[in-house]
Amino acid sequence: MSEDYNDNKTIHAQSSETMGGGSAGVTPDMDYVRPAEIADQDLYHGHSFITKWIFCQDAKVIGVQYFLLATFTGVVGLILSWLMRLQLGFPGAAGFVTAEHYYQFVTMHGMIMVVYFLTALFLGGFGNYLIPLMVGARDMVFPYLNMVSFWSFFVAVAVLMASFFVPGGPTGAGWTLYPPQTILEGTPGSGAGILLMCLSLILFVAGFTMGGLNYLITVLQARTRGMTLMRMPLTVWGIFTATVLAMLAFPALLVGALMMSLDKVLGTSFFMPTILKAGEVLEYGGGSPILFQHLFWFFGHPEVYIVALPAFGIISDLISVHARKNIFGYRMMVWAIVGIGALSFFVWAHHMYVSGMNPWFGFFFATTTLIIAVPTAMKVYNWILTLWRGNIRMNTVMLWCLGFIVTFVNGGITGIFLGNVSVDVPLSDTYFVVAHFHMVMGIAPLMVIMGAIYHWFPLVAGRFLSEKLGKWHFWLTFLGAYSIYFPMHYLGFIGVPRRYYEMYDSPYVTSAVGMNEFISLAAFLVGAAQFILIYNIIKTLKTGKPAGKNPWKANSLEWLTPTVPPEHGNWGDRLPVVHRWPYDFSVPGAKDDYITQTTPPSEVSNTGVEKT
Amino acid sequence: MHPGIIFFLVILGSILFHIFTPWYWTDVASNWGGMDDTITLTFWIGGGVFVAVCLFMVYCVFKFSYKENRKAEYKPEDKKLEKILTWATTLGVVALLAPGLVIWNNYVNVPKNALEVDVMAWQWGWQYRLPGKDGKLGTTQVVNVNDDNPFGINLDDPYGKDDVMIQSDVLNLENNVPVKILLRSVDVLHNWYVPQFRAKMDAVPGIVTFYWFEPNKTGEFEVLCVEYCGVGHYAMRGGVIVQETQEYNKWLDQQEVFSDLIAKQEKMEVEKTKLVKK
Repeated sequence: MSEDYNDNKTIHAQSSETMGGGSAGVTPDMDYVRPAEIADQDLYHGHSFITKWIFCQDAKVIGVQYFLLATFTGVVGLILSWLMRLQLGFPGAAGFVTAEHYYQFVTMHGMIMVVYFLTALFLGGFGNYLIPLMVGARDMVFPYLNMVSFWSFFVAVAVLMASFFVPGGPTGAGWTLYPPQTILEGTPGSGAGILLMCLSLILFVAGFTMGGLNYLITVLQARTRGMTLMRMPLTVWGIFTATVLAMLAFPALLVGALMMSLDKVLGTSFFMPTILKAGEVLEYGGGSPILFQHLFWFFGHPEVYIVALPAFGIISDLISVHARKNIFGYRMMVWAIVGIGALSFFVWAHHMYVSGMNPWFGFFFATTTLIIAVPTAMKVYNWILTLWRGNIRMNTVMLWCLGFIVTFVNGGITGIFLGNVSVDVPLSDTYFVVAHFHMVMGIAPLMVIMGAIYHWFPLVAGRFLSEKLGKWHFWLTFLGAYSIYFPMHYLGFIGVPRRYYEMYDSPYVTSAVGMNEFISLAAFLVGAAQFILIYNIIKTLKTGKPAGKNPWKANSLEWLTPTVPPEHGNWGDRLPVVHRWPYDFSVPGAKDDYITQTTPPSEVSNTGVEKT
Repeated sequence: MHPGIIFFLVILGSILFHIFTPWYWTDVASNWGGMDDTITLTFWIGGGVFVAVCLFMVYCVFKFSYKENRKAEYKPEDKKLEKILTWATTLGVVALLAPGLVIWNNYVNVPKNALEVDVMAWQWGWQYRLPGKDGKLGTTQVVNVNDDNPFGINLDDPYGKDDVMIQSDVLNLENNVPVKILLRSVDVLHNWYVPQFRAKMDAVPGIVTFYWFEPNKTGEFEVLCVEYCGVGHYAMRGGVIVQETQEYNKWLDQQEVFSDLIAKQEKMEVEKTKLVKK
């Protein structure tokens, strides 16, 4: 493909060459696309309410189902964060937030937000909705399996939520679930709570594997004619690569959860050394707590990129469409996504510099971690270079994109502090870490999700979300979240440890009291601002401005379906045929400032379009 | 108001916050001032990139806002520019990594003359043990721990007999003498951390972990457990008192030695048997 790209042959020459050995005398067909190799997919069309909307096999409906359920867990996570901030900002103000409850809230908030909210939303939600549409397929290749995937996720969420109601409550082991404390008394929810957590994770991974296989094979096998890999929107590249990571990383979590359950239930000692508890030696021995940490972070670090890569992809498309300019350095962007994905498997122990593993690992993991900064920085440069000399629509979608750039760069830079082994030593386990990962994998991906909602809502529902409400929503969220997490880094510099229920009266943290109050107030505000979106969606569904076809004047296939919103099967009678990449914006000589992917070369033969 | 103005104010506010913040690190009280220097260096390079990227973004937003009659530039790639940016970034990364690794090399190589201190952690407290006159700590085992042997010292280990036992969560240290902290835990993960010393490491049940530092300011410091260890985590505090040599030695002389404890217990045993015989 790269060769095709490099030689600047004219489109004519290229096309006649593609005809390859065609009989002489035939006029070279510049719009030629090779014929389809496999027959059109047969789809199961549901007719009853249940098969259409509940046990549904349409990837778009499954995407919306994933989206709604993930959002529900997200709201639970948000409420938990309010309760935590209530205790941190105003200790004792809510009497029911005891230390036990506080640690349970911390744990459930973390696990819900990372796995059940962000991962499910990006891959299950956006992945299901967008992949088939963007690559020009009728549906995912295994629609039934796709349905089972969602319902496994549903059961996983149900099991997780059930843990709130069992004796002892949900696990309070911290989202990292480090043994031995996770399964010992002295940690809240060390009985039924942790077992339900492990079971829920196992169900999640199983369900996710079904969905993940679908995404991968759909991208690899079900792309429409002309949709080469290097013509795919970056959104698809991001979700595709993240899914590859998930397929390789989640098994480590599965194994960890399984072995921990065995330690708890059968008394095995995978992670349990000899332990003295309340003056008695427990019947464990010989296990290694650090082994669990390796398994956990072998999953946990790629997990960061499982969230980040789809966000990278989506933001690239949003910026390009709304800056009316091709994404700068598309091939670099693709290779950066793939490269970051590959490297993400070689950096996990940077979460463990002070874990007690052999300290010589520090040299290796610091080096690999800082190497990742290079492709990541290239992506940032390419986003801002896409804005450069663009024609930027300052709408709500673009605001979320700009908010993403600010928060992501901020969080990326603090990542360099933490990745650089000896700089990590004073900062690890402090609020600097909390501020860093919330900025980079909480707020930044959230900005992308919000941008994506405002961008694709007109496709999903056929109506524009209110711009006015959208702007309020953005500014409250962005300014609020930034004023939560930017100052929080400085608590970490003082040395305030994370996972402290309260600070008592340590002499050097008295100055943190005022800041904690401020952060809590900002957190309440940001959380409340999210309900503007919910109101906006409800209002728009009733009275929103109809969007019509391709309202943003985008190029990619999802906007080019015969009906809006797209129906089951997506494409009517004929699958679309692709002639170009999705970034032909503002091509010199073209009538409009965009050329859709389905526009054949003969229609724009007078333009200065580069062959892609 | 143009949104670019607000973004600009956010960047400006961040810079001003950093300059005028009353929240910043405590005065370093150990040899790890180099960690502070690396943080400062990272601030300059990283902060510079952050400000530059964001200001460029703000500039673009002002300069290239949507106009009906303007067309964006069409330029899919710029190989030269991409190459320059890649190498510049690589250079910046190397400039940050190199000093970081040098300090880490110091961190993992403990000076030979460092005083070994056994820090024993449990849910939720600390106690400490220092080598006796022989300069060596006796070996230990979790199963040995009981009221008569609070540190679980192996009784057949001759090095253990003269170990100094500090059954308190406050440890005294001699100023300007390097200390090798040997961490162990009898139950779950813990981490013995004094913010002013900068250094930390997890205590892991089943193994002995270590790190070292050299205190260089006298005074009292608070010890925090910074690895989550269950519901009492936040209350798991301790203390360190750094003293000049004379005072430190005076304190050291008052501490109990393991052989004293054994002798005391043997004496009690003997008296008990005497009582029984009578």
